[in-house]
Amino acid sequence: MTDTTPDVTVPPDTGLPKTPSEASNRVRQSLRRRYAAEKRFRMYGLIAIGLALSFIVVLFTDIITKGHSAFIQSHLTLTVELDADSVDPQGDRSPESLRDGSYRGITLRAFFETLRGVSGRADQREALSLLSDAADITVRNAVLDQPDLVGTTATLPVKFGDDADIFFKGKSVAVEGLPAQSTATPSGTQGEITITADGPAFTAILEQAKIQLRDDIQGLEDDIAGFQRRIDRYQEELSQATDEDQRADLRDSIATMTDAIATDTEKVAGIEARIANPGDSEVLTRESSSYLIRINGGVVKVLAAAPNRIEGEVFFSLDSDRRADEGSWQIMTLPIAESNRRLSDKQVMWLWDLEERGLLDMQFNTTFFTSGDSREPEQAGIWGAAVGSFFTLMITLLLSFPIGVMTAVYLEEFAPKNKWTDLIEVNINNLAAVPSIVFGLLGLAMFLNVFGLPRSAPLVGGMVLTLMTLPTIIIAGRAALKAVPPSIREAALGMGASRIQAMTHHVLPLAMPGMMTGTIIGMAQALGETAPLLMIGMVAFIVDIPGGFTDPATVLPVQIYIWADSPERAFVEKTSAAIMVLLAFLITMNLAAVLVRKRFEKRW
Amino acid sequence: MSEKGENVMDQPNKSDSSADLAKNSTVAPKPSAPQAEGTGRTKMSAKGVDVFYGDKQALFDVDIDIMENRVTALIGPSGCGKSTFLRCLNRMNDVVEICKVTGDIRMEGDDIYDPRIDVVHLRARVGMVFQKPNPFPKSIYENVAYGPKIHGITRNKVEADELVEGSLRRAGLWEEVKDRLDQPGTSLSGGQQQRLCIARAIAVQPEVILMDEPCSALDPIATARIEDLIHELRENFTIVIVTHSMSQAARVSQRTAFFHLGKLVEYDETETIFMNPSDDRTQGYITGRFG
Repeated sequence: MTDTTPDVTVPPDTGLPKTPSEASNRVRQSLRRRYAAEKRFRMYGLIAIGLALSFIVVLFTDIITKGHSAFIQSHLTLTVELDADSVDPQGDRSPESLRDGSYRGITLRAFFETLRGVSGRADQREALSLLSDAADITVRNAVLDQPDLVGTTATLPVKFGDDADIFFKGKSVAVEGLPAQSTATPSGTQGEITITADGPAFTAILEQAKIQLRDDIQGLEDDIAGFQRRIDRYQEELSQATDEDQRADLRDSIATMTDAIATDTEKVAGIEARIANPGDSEVLTRESSSYLIRINGGVVKVLAAAPNRIEGEVFFSLDSDRRADEGSWQIMTLPIAESNRRLSDKQVMWLWDLEERGLLDMQFNTTFFTSGDSREPEQAGIWGAAVGSFFTLMITLLLSFPIGVMTAVYLEEFAPKNKWTDLIEVNINNLAAVPSIVFGLLGLAMFLNVFGLPRSAPLVGGMVLTLMTLPTIIIAGRAALKAVPPSIREAALGMGASRIQAMTHHVLPLAMPGMMTGTIIGMAQALGETAPLLMIGMVAFIVDIPGGFTDPATVLPVQIYIWADSPERAFVEKTSAAIMVLLAFLITMNLAAVLVRKRFEKRW
Repeated sequence: MSEKGENVMDQPNKSDSSADLAKNSTVAPKPSAPQAEGTGRTKMSAKGVDVFYGDKQALFDVDIDIMENRVTALIGPSGCGKSTFLRCLNRMNDVVEICKVTGDIRMEGDDIYDPRIDVVHLRARVGMVFQKPNPFPKSIYENVAYGPKIHGITRNKVEADELVEGSLRRAGLWEEVKDRLDQPGTSLSGGQQQRLCIARAIAVQPEVILMDEPCSALDPIATARIEDLIHELRENFTIVIVTHSMSQAARVSQRTAFFHLGKLVEYDETETIFMNPSDDRTQGYITGRFG
């Protein structure tokens, strides 16, 4: 009763329901409210889940679209002449002799011969960057595998370089070809030639050049607008200025600006005339799309274009300078300007030509799963990091599981409840919240500097991650022990089991699934941890697959970090692919946690 | 963390003295009577037992003699300390950190709170059955075989098989479970689980079995079976049972102790307690005036 009237004999009318039906009405009203609240709450939950799911979908889509192509590597089907002199210097076909052979020369020679129109050192240098640096090693390994190949001409798949690989995966520049609708006649087969068409076949190219011109006009018009604004401002100042000198200055400035406007306007008019008049040829710059004419079995790069005539440079020489019929020749477009891509027009045409000739072989990228890191994206793999992760997690598991379980058991079952155990408990809970890089610093200070353990080693990484995982395992372990019904303990003790027997025979087996779940989650956390490992040198660039606990190694997340930090574009897909592998590991581990729980969970 | 009782006396060999010391009006013990008849040799005796939970005193100066081969029922309203007293008899209170037991509790003259007494051995001699059936989440066989195994009573599979069968038979469970000994004990019904717990307790061949409201979670039919079982077990074991049901106390026990507010109010032959109680509170409780 909130009413404060002192009269107690006649209770004031507080609106309290007086009859059951009134009360029931109120209940009905409150029910409606409660259901509405419940509905609202459920909706919030659904929205939250929807958001979370959509984030996951976005994340996975992004990673998969970026990363799936890393599992494929483009290979060139190279026909190499394995002449005995270079390949087998001692002439006895022994592995030592074959290993000493010179493969680079024959590989590169074969490569340059495969490409069309490689002439001179400049071309060779340009071509070289398309092939993987390890191509000759591939050839050597093939010869070592099959010494019979010596002296024969073998066809071997060798890797393309990373830029070429990206091109073939359609991630750098697209080559769009369109059959032309008129006949054309080249003026020659080599060098700089002119191709004349009997119709306006090259208007599209000219348009591209005109876009460039329009950009120029835009720039000029911006300038003019700027001048005009300044003139307006000066004139306003002029109308207010009283000092004669100042007025003269202002008038001068206005005059200069007006002149500039006149010049620019003239320029604009000139360019507009060029755009309007389709007769003249316009030059294509490196900032515009590239155009290539495929005619009479050759390829010509367009340098300047008019509606029915182009001037160009021959990339691949033509068979003849005869007239090409309508539809038998093509105009190819590279929409991305040459200045904006890593591959030059010539390199693109080489690659395109190889693909046309069926020498491209897309294979599953085994290197990615079998080799260590490399500066060359096409030679980089995650196996080194995966093995490093494996060794590191082994150490973590071997240390943290027994220590964690024993700590949990002692604290939960045996420790006296006093200030000391409270302190330990608080500290363990706090440790779970310590930023992981701090553990890295501790590892650096203690394990490396005091104990003198090796740098970059899985042993130390595992020890640092143990520090990080222990609180998780201990907390999960204690929760699991707490969840074991006390009746089980009582039953065992009542049977005359000692405390250790009750613990090991009855309580621990029941708590084990929970403890294992906690451990696996802790391990999954450790698997994804980067920061503490940076501090102990596991961020180093390590090419070799680690062979033991003290070998220099890196781990999967650090590998991802290193790749993400690399400038080469080909590492983008490697990064995403490595993330996919890491996620696959994590999902497997979490799945294992669920299965372990299901498998060992017992009803009581 | 075993909390040692502060013993007033420390005489390990005084087998009958505690019976003489019993001050409540009990039936005079007849030490000469044959054991099999269970005519009242004192098996366990408690004298001046106080129990504290932290600062709170739960039992005040309890004196009881438990007679051999008899069923002793502990009755009283909730929170009167009867379960607490029961758990003192096999030192199950040791597990409770804040619990402190003082006074003198003897089993055949040996002070069970003596530091020299091994609590594991004590619990092998004084078995316990709990209020809620609590079989181990293991097979029926393992449930029964576990105790004998850890105590070294059975040394091989043949012995274990024999003992498991014997114990299950005595608990009246054998016929029901003999074909599924490998199934989890938790798959049985509540009454069966409780009988399994009894089988588990008697497999260790204790001298005394403590039962803490063994039927409170069971239906009347299962309760009746357990009560029959208690009757049979009395021939071989000394049984102390805590019960809320006065009719159960009347049915199964020969002697009854009535607890109230942590004090032992009256302890006598069951018949006397129910027909002719000497204390008003006992009278009030059994006639249902409070409790």
